[in-house]
Amino acid sequence: MAKDVRLLTEPFVPGALVGPFTDAHPGLGGVCTFVGEVRGDDAVEALELSHYERLTLPGMESLADETLARFELMGLLIVHRVGAMLPGEPIVLVSACARHRRPAIQAVDFAMDNLKSNAWFWKREKRGGEWSWIEPRPEDHADLARWK
Amino acid sequence: MAVKLVFLGKLADLAGAPEREAAAPLDWGGLLKALEPALAAQVSSEKVRIALNGGLLSDKSALAAREGDEVALLPPVSGG
Repeated sequence: MAKDVRLLTEPFVPGALVGPFTDAHPGLGGVCTFVGEVRGDDAVEALELSHYERLTLPGMESLADETLARFELMGLLIVHRVGAMLPGEPIVLVSACARHRRPAIQAVDFAMDNLKSNAWFWKREKRGGEWSWIEPRPEDHADLARWK
Repeated sequence: MAVKLVFLGKLADLAGAPEREAAAPLDWGGLLKALEPALAAQVSSEKVRIALNGGLLSDKSALAAREGDEVALLPPVSGG
């Protein structure tokens, strides 16, 4: 189980995925996990992520391949939610396990920067009962440039 | 059979639905004509990309869709 990439339409419990992922890689030296949640500030009532079937998951798969090629990992798990979410719900999870810590930590950072700027997701948020689309942020592209 | 148009993100709001059909065959000029002016203007923006059957077009003006094809109109992503 070197690569596990999933797009989920229902809420997930990060620990329920990371536990089995870690167990599947006996002999690992370290596992690094990042979980992104829907932020609970700014009066955001809900967040909705839409995706395009033919691009989103294939794009995540190739990001996982690129990450595995770039860092010395034993395994990589990438999970992303789509659909409507409430503040506090997990939206993304990236977990990498490796013989040594640095590749695991860097792989998660790299995969997250790519997901945040390049992945095929469109996001809108609801405030005061009104939905509005979220535009790309220049910071996300600056984060990605770190890896060039 | 026709060409299926798929609108993502805010283009779906502008189109009033996430999908619709257009007459085949469909090229770039035909696509713009098939859309309402406000939508056609957005789709013409260089920030909007087009995928034909899941493959991104490097030059969207070279669009050549046939019956049964799927054309996706992709505004800039807001990231994961």
